[in-house]
Amino acid sequence: MVKPPSPDPTLAAATALIELAGLRVAFDGTPALHGIDLSVGRGEALGMVGESGSGKSVTWLAALGLLPHRARVNGSVRLDGQELIGAAPDALAAIRGGRIGLIFRDPVSALNPVHRVGAQIGEAVSRHRGFNGAAARAEARRLLDQVGLPDSSRRLDAYPHELSGGQNQRVMIAMALAGEPDLLIADEPTTALDTTIQAQILDLLDGLRRETGMALVLISHDLSVVGEVCERITVMYAGRIVEDARTAELLGAAAHPYTKGLLAAVPPLEGPRRRLAAIPGNVAQAGDLPPGCAFAPRCADAVEACAAQVPRFEEVAPLHRAACWRLAGAAP
Amino acid sequence: MSLLVLDQVHYAYPARHTLFGGRTEIRAVAGVSLALERGRTLGLVGESGCGKSTAGRLALGLIEPDAGSVAFGGEAMPAPGTAAWRALRARVQLVFQDPLGALDRRLAIGRQIAEPMVIHHLGTSDERAQRVAQLLRAVGLSPDLEARYPHQLSGGQRQRAVLARALATRPDLLVCDEPVSALDVSIQAQVVNLLADLQEEFGLTILFISHDLRLVRLFAHDVAVMYLGQIVEQGEPTAMFAAPAHPYSQALLAAVPNPQRRGPRTLLAGEPPDPAARPTGCAFHPRCPISVAQCRSEAPALRRRADGRLVACHLAHADAAPC
Repeated sequence: MVKPPSPDPTLAAATALIELAGLRVAFDGTPALHGIDLSVGRGEALGMVGESGSGKSVTWLAALGLLPHRARVNGSVRLDGQELIGAAPDALAAIRGGRIGLIFRDPVSALNPVHRVGAQIGEAVSRHRGFNGAAARAEARRLLDQVGLPDSSRRLDAYPHELSGGQNQRVMIAMALAGEPDLLIADEPTTALDTTIQAQILDLLDGLRRETGMALVLISHDLSVVGEVCERITVMYAGRIVEDARTAELLGAAAHPYTKGLLAAVPPLEGPRRRLAAIPGNVAQAGDLPPGCAFAPRCADAVEACAAQVPRFEEVAPLHRAACWRLAGAAP
Repeated sequence: MSLLVLDQVHYAYPARHTLFGGRTEIRAVAGVSLALERGRTLGLVGESGCGKSTAGRLALGLIEPDAGSVAFGGEAMPAPGTAAWRALRARVQLVFQDPLGALDRRLAIGRQIAEPMVIHHLGTSDERAQRVAQLLRAVGLSPDLEARYPHQLSGGQRQRAVLARALATRPDLLVCDEPVSALDVSIQAQVVNLLADLQEEFGLTILFISHDLRLVRLFAHDVAVMYLGQIVEQGEPTAMFAAPAHPYSQALLAAVPNPQRRGPRTLLAGEPPDPAARPTGCAFHPRCPISVAQCRSEAPALRRRADGRLVACHLAHADAAPC
């Protein structure tokens, strides 16, 4: 069979905003990331999915120099060609909150409880944009309007405890937007919120991305959440990327058995009552990985080769890559 | 006969002092009636602060209602702390969201599973040891895990151990409060399937409290939607999720992340309400996209439709005056 021509790789490289290459992390000698190659295009919305310990958060914390000292980080992270691994702390601090905004799962612990939210947003505005005093306050107010917090002029003087979880997450998003970022990394931004508020925040993130043209990396354990907002999805398992494809393709024609298992485990919203399709076994532990494919012990399709060697991450269709010996055709 | 019946129960948390010394009370449950049938699962859904966990505590008899009554097995729920209440503890068990918090970190798993049997003087020490091994197998764990400590198990294994302990006294009723929310997606399905198997094997009655509508739809036989301490809709999950009648149920379902959704979703405006400041009339009216004047003044009763569904909405019953 003749394979359709693959898209020009130089084209993708030319439009990439940030490129991770061979990114490895080890905590106290235990590897947590085994070489991540990933790029995010300008204005692209990328979803990162995986279970706890899969490395989806560690990837971005490592990229931004936010891991503790005991973590050993190797590899390369280039933002518009500028290398971030090993960059000076000052340079990284300017990029975080500047060109790259970050929001986390728990907005209340990320905000300072003794400062009014307006002052906190104002600080971010003055640090990254050089506005001061009234100009910073006016900009903070504009940002609160932009993130859809009603009654913004009064909310500027509120403390985080006076706001709800969803409102605090809006404040966090406003702070992340203060530096007019090219990339917003949102790590489980809605996990702590009620479903109706989650829907509001996802809607907001989607709208802001379209409005500002920034790229978005949405990290979540929930395929349905990233499937709603993202154009492309990367699936991680045990510190490696196992599949990467456009959203419709990943949801409709997943190639990797782990992705298929994750999709099947989502209870459908229609159809008769039935048993859930579970993936057997336990989530792989970083310190206790088999020599071959980390998913092999849980995989119904595993063959001998899977236990022996880690599968290569290869193209299985245009713009669709997966790491599975059964797909590679010829096992080693 | 239903195993557990809540009849118009009310519960308010003790007063909170306001700035000027006034008192407000938090009416967590404001007139809830529920019947749990033997061997069946009732799903209780709603946003944080809707009173679903408080309803669970009332069902367990851990707190006494301010008004209304709770009956277990046809008899009134005994008052907390009494001998009858302690005896009843063996028959109703609670499973929480966080298995690590529910287990004692310094005690081996086997000892923790045996503990309820020790407390309720069930069996000899040999019989208890046998039962521990049997329970571990029943929840899909290897009996040799009994010597392990909680930190030596994975999250899914811990929740299985919690289930084994809950089953030790052969309970009739299991109240599960977000039992799989802290687990990874692939493990959630395992634990929910295990619950279904255990229900079939032991004839368990389950009150399944969850914010996850997808899970509730597949697991529960009956589902009740709560809003601000009251049930706004109740019925068979497949039918209800296919055509929710109450505007709040509709909004909850529309908020479920769903990449397959066709067309734009309707977003529910505003924040989850404050139980300390309950709106007049229908509690949902400030967020309701279709409310009319009557909704602001008059609280709708939970009434049965022709198809058996219970709904508390003036408009769903088509008895509201047009505005």
